[in-house]
Amino acid sequence: MKDSYDLLVIGGGPGGALAARTAATAGYSVLLVEKRPAPGAPVRCAEGIGKDALAEFVKPDSRFISAEVTGAELVAPDGVSMMLSSEMAGSKVGYILDRKFFDRELVWQAAEAGADVMVKTRASAPILSGGAVKGAVLEYCGSRKKVHADLTIAADGVESKFSRWCGIDTTVPVREIMSAAQYLMTDITIDPSTTVFFFGNTIAPEGYLWIFPKGNRTANVGIGISGKKSGPGNRAKDYLDRFVAGKFPNGKTIECIVGGVPVCRPLESTVMDGLMVIGDAARVVDPMTGGGIYNAMFTGRLAAEVGMKAISDGSCTREGLMPYDEGWRKSPLGKSIERNWHIKEKFITLPDAKLNAIIHSAKALDLRDFSTISLVKEIIKRNPLLLADLAGLMASIG
Amino acid sequence: MLPANSIGMLKIHRDICGYCGCCVSVCPEGALELIDAYLEVDERCTSCGICAKVCPLGALEVTK
Repeated sequence: MKDSYDLLVIGGGPGGALAARTAATAGYSVLLVEKRPAPGAPVRCAEGIGKDALAEFVKPDSRFISAEVTGAELVAPDGVSMMLSSEMAGSKVGYILDRKFFDRELVWQAAEAGADVMVKTRASAPILSGGAVKGAVLEYCGSRKKVHADLTIAADGVESKFSRWCGIDTTVPVREIMSAAQYLMTDITIDPSTTVFFFGNTIAPEGYLWIFPKGNRTANVGIGISGKKSGPGNRAKDYLDRFVAGKFPNGKTIECIVGGVPVCRPLESTVMDGLMVIGDAARVVDPMTGGGIYNAMFTGRLAAEVGMKAISDGSCTREGLMPYDEGWRKSPLGKSIERNWHIKEKFITLPDAKLNAIIHSAKALDLRDFSTISLVKEIIKRNPLLLADLAGLMASIG
Repeated sequence: MLPANSIGMLKIHRDICGYCGCCVSVCPEGALELIDAYLEVDERCTSCGICAKVCPLGALEVTK
């Protein structure tokens, strides 16, 4: 570890690794720090990602892919389900990753590209000078060291503190944190090529419960509920235990993980002098699905691309970094976050009877593609009165 | 920084905590920090209980 770098990246998840890999590949000096002993562990993720989405950033490899999925089943509160399957038979639409291997692979790629990597190393304070971020104080196994950087990228996840220390309010509203729990279960009977989503205010209030296959008889079985609905006796783990007791009474849980997923709007600003914020730390998760892997990689790479130019120009100011903030907001990703936030706000208000009606109406759908948005569009078409206000939204923002 | 568990009347049940950071994200005071597998609370804690509410496992308890 040197005393100064062009770029300091705080956090070794997919977002931080993409930022580090991008800048290191272009020849910039980069330090990536990860506070945990190993990237990727413990997992805090349902591990699903679209096939095309993954391929934008990394060559798919069986070492970090647990399963390929071709369809999804949506289960209404009353138990009626609808299948979404790819129109082209046999084509794979999504992957369930193994994040322990995936995250390690991406950090390895960053290191291979020339980035320095420090694990078990925590950024405990920013170095601030005249209101600008100039690096961080790093703690590693009892030692403390200042590392200066022209640019710092905060990729420190849902529990992000770094940008808060720099003056950005990152607090997630209680009603917009998804409190989540997940078991990796084995010896269960599932369809190994289908993801299953369960909806309803009894099963997963303001959220959903999922079964994401990880093999023939193995799956991530998890749930996210609104923080507003969480409390003694009705926490994410309580809901999950009740579901598992009924659905997989003989299944074996070989991993138990928990997490928080921010489904609020993104930070008002993701840049300041000397600092960019990406991924979960920037709250750029898809508010409908809670998915954040792609969004983290997208913002990570874009931050590095904008950041490299700013570093070379000596202009790592808020203005110099602003093309990153504007760039992701104007991108299809940014637009879909904004649109899906509105859709989420509508869907969480629906009582079970309406959720039943929606899934019944869409039961026979054969969607051309697999995106959330094409599903929502079809549902609105079939439920014009129920979701009239959303139809207006969809028409206005496409 | 003060030792955890001794201030703010926020009790962290370390045997229950899954060190996921869900609580850290909702703390309006920035009083919580997740240091690898170790949750810390500092003197900014107001015992508001938001963190205890959202915890997926019930590892936090406000003992007023």
